Amino acid sequence: MVGQQAVDGREKPARGVGASLPRKEDARLMEGRGRFIGDMRFPGQLEVAFVRSTLAHARITAIHIPAHLKGRAFTHDDMMGVKDILAKTGLPGFRVSAQPSLASGKVRFVGEPVVMVLAPTRAEAEDLAEEIRVGYEELPANYDMLRAATPEAARIHEDWPDNVFLISQTEKNLSEALADAPIKVTREVRTSRQCMAPLEGKGCIAVSERHTEQLHLWTSTQMPHIVRSGLAECLGLDERKIRVVAPDVGGGFGWKGLLQPEEVCCAWAALKLDRPIKWLEDRREHLIAAANCREHHYIMTAYADADGHLLGFEASAHVDAGAYSVYPFSACLEGAQVVSNLPGPYNLPAYRARVLSVCSNKPPIVPYRGVARTGVCTAMELMIDAVARAAGLEPYEVRLRNLVRPDQMPFRSITGKDFDMGDYPESLRRAHEMIGHAAVRARQQQGEADGRRIGLGYAVYCEQGAHGTSVYHGWGIPMVPGFEQCGARLTPDGTLEVRVGNQSHGQSMETTLAQIACEVLGIDPELVNVVHGDTAMTPYSTGTWGSRSGVMAGGAVASACDKLGERIKRIGAHLLQAPLDAVRIEDAKVVGPSGSVTFREIAHTFYRAPQNLPVDADPDGLDLVAGYRPVVDTGTFSYATHACVIAVEPETGEVEILDYVIVEDGGVLLNPMVVDGQIYGGTAQGIGTALYEEMVYDENGQPLASTFADYLLPGANEMPPVRIQHMETPSPNTRFGQKGIGEGGAIAPPAAIGNAINDALADLGVELTVSPMTPRRVREAVLAARARQLAEGGAA
Amino acid sequence: MKPARFDYLRPADLPTALTALKEDTGAKPLSGGQSLGPMLNLRLARPSLLVHVGALPELRAVEERPDAILYGAAITHAEFEDGAVPDPTPGFLARIARGIAYRAVRNRGTIGGSLAHADPAADWPTTLAALGAQVSLVTLTSLTGHLTAPTLRREMPVEDFITGAFETALGEGEIVEGVVIPRCHGTARFGYRKSCRKVGEFAEAMCAVLYDPARGVFRLAIGATEARQVVIQDARFILQDVDKIDEVLREAGLAADPASFRLRRAVIREAIAALEPESLPA
Repeated sequence: MVGQQAVDGREKPARGVGASLPRKEDARLMEGRGRFIGDMRFPGQLEVAFVRSTLAHARITAIHIPAHLKGRAFTHDDMMGVKDILAKTGLPGFRVSAQPSLASGKVRFVGEPVVMVLAPTRAEAEDLAEEIRVGYEELPANYDMLRAATPEAARIHEDWPDNVFLISQTEKNLSEALADAPIKVTREVRTSRQCMAPLEGKGCIAVSERHTEQLHLWTSTQMPHIVRSGLAECLGLDERKIRVVAPDVGGGFGWKGLLQPEEVCCAWAALKLDRPIKWLEDRREHLIAAANCREHHYIMTAYADADGHLLGFEASAHVDAGAYSVYPFSACLEGAQVVSNLPGPYNLPAYRARVLSVCSNKPPIVPYRGVARTGVCTAMELMIDAVARAAGLEPYEVRLRNLVRPDQMPFRSITGKDFDMGDYPESLRRAHEMIGHAAVRARQQQGEADGRRIGLGYAVYCEQGAHGTSVYHGWGIPMVPGFEQCGARLTPDGTLEVRVGNQSHGQSMETTLAQIACEVLGIDPELVNVVHGDTAMTPYSTGTWGSRSGVMAGGAVASACDKLGERIKRIGAHLLQAPLDAVRIEDAKVVGPSGSVTFREIAHTFYRAPQNLPVDADPDGLDLVAGYRPVVDTGTFSYATHACVIAVEPETGEVEILDYVIVEDGGVLLNPMVVDGQIYGGTAQGIGTALYEEMVYDENGQPLASTFADYLLPGANEMPPVRIQHMETPSPNTRFGQKGIGEGGAIAPPAAIGNAINDALADLGVELTVSPMTPRRVREAVLAARARQLAEGGAA
Repeated sequence: MKPARFDYLRPADLPTALTALKEDTGAKPLSGGQSLGPMLNLRLARPSLLVHVGALPELRAVEERPDAILYGAAITHAEFEDGAVPDPTPGFLARIARGIAYRAVRNRGTIGGSLAHADPAADWPTTLAALGAQVSLVTLTSLTGHLTAPTLRREMPVEDFITGAFETALGEGEIVEGVVIPRCHGTARFGYRKSCRKVGEFAEAMCAVLYDPARGVFRLAIGATEARQVVIQDARFILQDVDKIDEVLREAGLAADPASFRLRRAVIREAIAALEPESLPA
């Protein structure tokens, strides 16, 4: 029996909000009965292979297509009338990049689509693609963002004065006096470029549907409504002429939160040829053309008093935003979030940050689970440990002294973030206890029999989720979240359909949203169908991103069920011959003073026996759309402390995670089991960022990892047992007190693991500041520290 | 990516397979396909014909000899891991097999395929070189009347068979038929260590040491060199003074990069340490 354990003396519900209800979608997905783009095939379908750029930066001098490929191979010039993808922002100084769906005149990264080739199968399309020759005049490749941002770098967009999309900056309270602070620590930190690598790659099938006179785009997306808007703009179609459907989607993490050039190409070709056109991204394409996240560089200075209290913080950072601004998030989301999120959960009295979003000859940057926060958490948390070392204090103590306290909540941070509720220091204290801080320190004193060194690391973060209008409108990007709606329909047999415009691709929304319907209407979640991911079936939504669906879609489902409940009650009251204020909803029944009537009986009456209702009964019936918007829409702030113990072998540089604990506050948990799953999955990705994942580019801008033999993802063997403890501080701003928690797991691991490695190697004078902290980087840092000590010893 | 076009043949016997490989110079033998499969998909290998040799009875045979065991080339890593075939060593083969890639790879990948592929970072080439194994190769001498066609066999030590990274002594139309692994004495010890960035990945450094004083064998092999294995036939000077490793690595051209030199040295030391110090000569 699930959900029966008593917490805080409170009985957990068996099926509604707070129950660890097993996932409804598991039966389908675990038994291989899901339906993904790769499973779909339409009669007469053609498959696409793209001829992609082999150079990072070049002018196209010629495209030679053999005569027999006429009508089967298309270039930019064939797609007359199709508009470039434009993801502008309203931020002053932002430079606009126009992204053609097929390269036009120039190529700007290795993997950029140049020619679309069609054949009955992908293998045949690849055969044909090999016959096409593209001539290039090579230009200098901007492979390093620091150099790309300098005036002498080759222009990527030739009408720009330099290669900078945007400079984001802020300054508050920073004074000259800080220069005399007792502790002044400066560090350079870098996080490497990564691929998101969802289990299912991207894919789409475009079909010109005759019976609806619509273009149907089946696509592996997180945001069908946004894809529809963007596609309509590019193709010059009315939105009513396009239906976008996301079938089962095998993970997104952000990679499926954009309009892709390949989608535009397939849609155009389906209309042009009147045949279904399918493209399925393979892993090589993904690794090369979609290595698109996490690449940051920081130079930071922290000022503190002798007790480790932060007095001020300064940062100059670069974000490698790649060649184009993506639709809808743009090239500046990451950089802007670096500025606003770098202070993290700390109470900073003074702050200055300047961030360049740099255009480079790499794939366009896309927000990846955690977005900029993984980078800023790594940067800030490495700095906190550096301050602690300088002060001769436990890093744990320095964190306690600087975290925003519960008595300060709700708290406005130095960058204007409104932290809703929570006890950040308590999560740190609990993690300190769970990890066995004192025992680990004692063990470090003893040393290890195998010669390895033990390290202890902490990281604390807070995660803004469910950002609303007030957060996004100022950016002026193609999408502003606002009102979220849900369609709710009681079917003639008394079961429930709820229809939402976002998309569930691992978030378990088919379960959690049904639990919310159950919470409001008492209906068994098994009798609730959650319909999502289809523009024809659902109300508009900006989709699934930014840890927003639990709050926003969850709030919308509750609102719709509230309103549906009122209509159900009216009919129920009539059938019970009771006054409306004397009846209530309970367990999918309307209960009155002298009896009850089931939803099934009510639905039957309305749809199939209307003669039993008075003629003036409400004709609007049992099918409605209702909306939700939080009163305070600046978002929820979940938070957590991660703490870990690692062992590192200084000779080989190998790192093993011995223990990993997370104390997390996601507000009221809609389904604790699902939240645990989100945290485990995010943590695995964070471990990838910390230790394994890196897309290396050579000086020609060539990606050096095109298979999983070169791009390492953590596997089951690399995943330590993670111990999770929940705090549940309700958010005052959301329907059930829930907070967005989808991204958090991926934010802190590089910081916690990095701090643990540095803790282990501190007495060797080693401090790593580049992620991933690979065995080679550990060895190089050990060697460099030794060389430095030898040089210093020689000088003395 | 998808493979370029190829034909596929699944012959019933070795002469038919050898004939097909001899007739078509673009033909390639396919055994477990765990390396060739991805290379086909990436279009790095573009054979006109794949000849499936993995099920040939001749390549699935195991023959016990007084001083050695002959394994058909198509014996899988999993069969070594599971003890489905006899072991001429005190358990070394199962131990090595267990550490190769992942179980799914081990179920299909074969010992002969691993040798023929000659990836310097693979487990078998270094292990078999340390064990002093011989590779048995077979080809047709002519194409006439293949049912009675004369086959030519030759044997050579593993370290001679592998001539470089992904390069072997295999001639045109020649395949690996089997591997002959000498029997170790029951007191023999085997030290093996590899450093992989994650479980199942190819190694960045590896070392295998066979310490078999009863037979007078003290062989050390260094793998993951980006070239052929470095084999020290009599490694007693290293076992007596591990600092000699530095010189060996320098001579082998493996000391240029300090960070990888540090790793190789550590891995070799750990492989030697795994022999258990008390059994080493004073």
